[in-house]
Formats: sequence, structure tokens, C-alpha cells
Amino acid sequence: MTSSSKVYPDAERALSGILRDGITLCCGGFGLCGVPDKLIAALHASGVRDLTVVSNNAGTDDAGLGLLLKSRQIRKMISSYVGENKEFERQYLAGELELEFNPQGTLAERVRAGGAGIYAFFTKTGAGTLVAEGKETRVVNGETYIMETGIVADVSLVKAWKGDTEGNLVYRKTARNFNPNMATAGSITVAEVEELVEPGALHPDAIHTPGIYVHRIINGSPYHKKIEKRTVRKRMEGSDAVVS
Amino acid sequence: MPWSREDMAARAARELKDGFYVNLGIGIPTLVANYIAPGMKVVLQSENGMLGIGPFPYEGEEDPDLINAGKETVSELASSAYFSSADSFAMIRGGHIDMAVLGAMEVSENGDLANWMVPGKMVKGMGGAMDLVAGVKRVVVVMEHTSKNGEPKFKLHCELPLTGTNVVDMVITDLAVFSRASRKDPFKLTEIAPGTTAGEIRSKTPARYLG
Repeated sequence: MTSSSKVYPDAERALSGILRDGITLCCGGFGLCGVPDKLIAALHASGVRDLTVVSNNAGTDDAGLGLLLKSRQIRKMISSYVGENKEFERQYLAGELELEFNPQGTLAERVRAGGAGIYAFFTKTGAGTLVAEGKETRVVNGETYIMETGIVADVSLVKAWKGDTEGNLVYRKTARNFNPNMATAGSITVAEVEELVEPGALHPDAIHTPGIYVHRIINGSPYHKKIEKRTVRKRMEGSDAVVS
Repeated sequence: MPWSREDMAARAARELKDGFYVNLGIGIPTLVANYIAPGMKVVLQSENGMLGIGPFPYEGEEDPDLINAGKETVSELASSAYFSSADSFAMIRGGHIDMAVLGAMEVSENGDLANWMVPGKMVKGMGGAMDLVAGVKRVVVVMEHTSKNGEPKFKLHCELPLTGTNVVDMVITDLAVFSRASRKDPFKLTEIAPGTTAGEIRSKTPARYLG
């Protein structure tokens, strides 16, 4: 490992020197899919507090960001849907947790914009709703648009399928979700991957997140991935019926 | 006999056209996928970053990395594509999706939709619903005609916080179908469930409509 190497031996060391109380974190994942669990566990163990966390969901009661909610390390969440987390709902209704709901597409675009150096943009999403309150609006061709600002973070945590030592990342199926967008928004982006490979092992045309966005990377394997809602169809002769 | 959840899903499926890209919400809207006419090509989009959602996987073939927006395990098709959340909502917001089928708590006579929040009670979040109604070309709502405690859901005005204003094109309930030609037009009662009367629907519908 050279001094400029992005590769760290484990999650704890990958987060060393970049955490302090009160920072803003962007975190990839949708539900329990594509969530940087190893980095979240290290964040939990670090004891860092008063975090503002930007993440589409808030995990479940005992997985993903749910761990950090339980330990009261999160001061504020910026999310679009938190319906799977009872502890979240309890803390919020009791006034213990600050919450900013963003429409999912607005959240994704705010993060994309932040990472791309765009201060703000105008969107139709949320016009005429609670989301528009206190926001600048423009009427263009009879349509009302509201101004949303870009989001940047002190630290972004992402999960990928494969990554190389230069930080180039490839995601798998719907585990991609917010990860490529979150990766662009962090002053420091830390990635965990299931398989860490040497440069050249990933085809340059197939890279989803170019390594410029990734500052630190760990091999997080082994993974025991969780399924939130297992839905299957039975094998039935000559039928495509979908049953759950 | 009012229409069942399956009947309502089947009715919504009749709004699909060959070649449509469609987003289906959670609940009854998800069932619409089971009623796509044979031979018709419809591509299902999922907010979490997938085009071409396949059926639920066979037992033992579930993949934790392959879920729909309802967090249910799904399967992939030969034609499927994956993309980021920002790309997913560029499709949605940018008007590239032909139709969305969504559930609702309330719809107003001018097409306002409320389906994400009950103040002080339900704190789940809007997910992608606000983006969908803002960007998808045609929005079909499927809902029970009245709430569990008998309150009408197709109203003069929505009382719950809105998901979008003037965004609904068709309302399918267990009792009736209301539709309108454009978002400048009023809703019209176009179908009545078996065993129901126009009078009964009128008495359970505070929203004003033609027909």
C-alpha cells in the first residue's frame, strides 16, 4: 500500500480522522438493499453524535441506520420514507428527532445537484403541498415550480458490489439505487464493496461510479444480506400466477 | 356486489396501452401487473432504479439485491435495466413514464390527491408519490370508495396534506369509475359496479361530477 492508497483494512480505520459530532452524512441504500452496513456499524461503534443523515430510508428497528437511531446518534434525518422503522416514528412524534421529508426524486436530485456543483434547481414536484412551504417558486408556462437546493455532505457512505483499488465502483441490480448519487456528494466518500479487485479487473466501460468520487474503500465481505419483504411465486405447472 | 380489489386492479389494467412504460404503486396498484392483456407489451418501472420488473421469484431464487419500490423481492427480465435513483426520477419527473397507478386516502373533485400523511398519526413519508404525480403523463387512482369508518374519499376538497394539485385523471373505486378527458375538465361518472346505483354513488360522493 502506498501513502496515497485509497484502500483501508477495515471499516473502523476507513472512518478514522473524518468523523466528528455534528457532521452531515450522505448514506446510500433503499430499504435494506445496497446499504453500507459495515460502515454504519463502525459509525455506531465510534460513538459520534448529533449527526445529520441524508438517506432515503432510515433502516428497520435493528438494521441499517436503525442502529444509529436506537443509540441516539442522529439529530436530524433527511429522508423520503421511514415507514419501516417504529423507533423512528416514536422519536419523531416525541420531538426527539428532527426530520425533513423530501420527495424521493427531489432528494435524489438534490444530492445529484450538490455533487455536480449545482446550487439549486426548480421542480414541479411538491408544488402546492407542504413541501413547497417557505420555498421560492416560479411560474413558467402556467406551471408552478419550487426551488430546491443541492445537498453536499462532510462524509458519504456507499455500498457497491465490486470496486478496484482506484475506487472505481460497480453496483449490482437494484442495490445501486442512491449509492452513485450519494458517492458524488461527499467531501470524503467511503465505499464498502463485496469484492475488491486490482485495476483492470473491471471493464472501464462498465464502471458506474468513477474512482474520482471515492476517497477510501474497504472490502466489507462477508455479507449476510437481509430481505425486508420476501415475496415468491410457487412453481405451478403451466401457470404464471403470482402469489405472495 | 361492489368490485373486489382484483376487479379494481383488472379495471385499471384496461387503461394500459401497448408499449406503455408504467409505474405501479403499493397495494392494489401492484396487482395491476397480473391483468396486463396477453400479447400487450408493458414495461414496469420501479422508483428504486429498475425498468422491466419481472414476476416474484420462484421460492429459493429470491435475491436481496433485487427488490421493487415496495421492498418486495422481484425477478428480472431479459429486457430489464438498472439505474440510479437520480436517473429513475429523471424518467418520472421528465414525463417519460406513460401512466402511474396509485392508491389514495382522498381525491378532490379538481383532481387533487392526498395519499401520504395523516398529521399527528402517520409519519411515513411521501416516498416517490409527489414526483410521480408531478411528472407522469396519466395518473389513475385506485381506492375504496369510502374509508374504513365510512367517510367518503372522493371529496369537494382534500382535508389531508396534498401529494399534488390537479394531478388525477381517473378514479377507480369499488363502486364506480370516474374519468375526465383532460385536467381542465370535470370528472364524469363512467361506470357503476354491479348492484350499485347512480343514486347510491351520488350519496357517497361529496365531489361534484358529471353524469
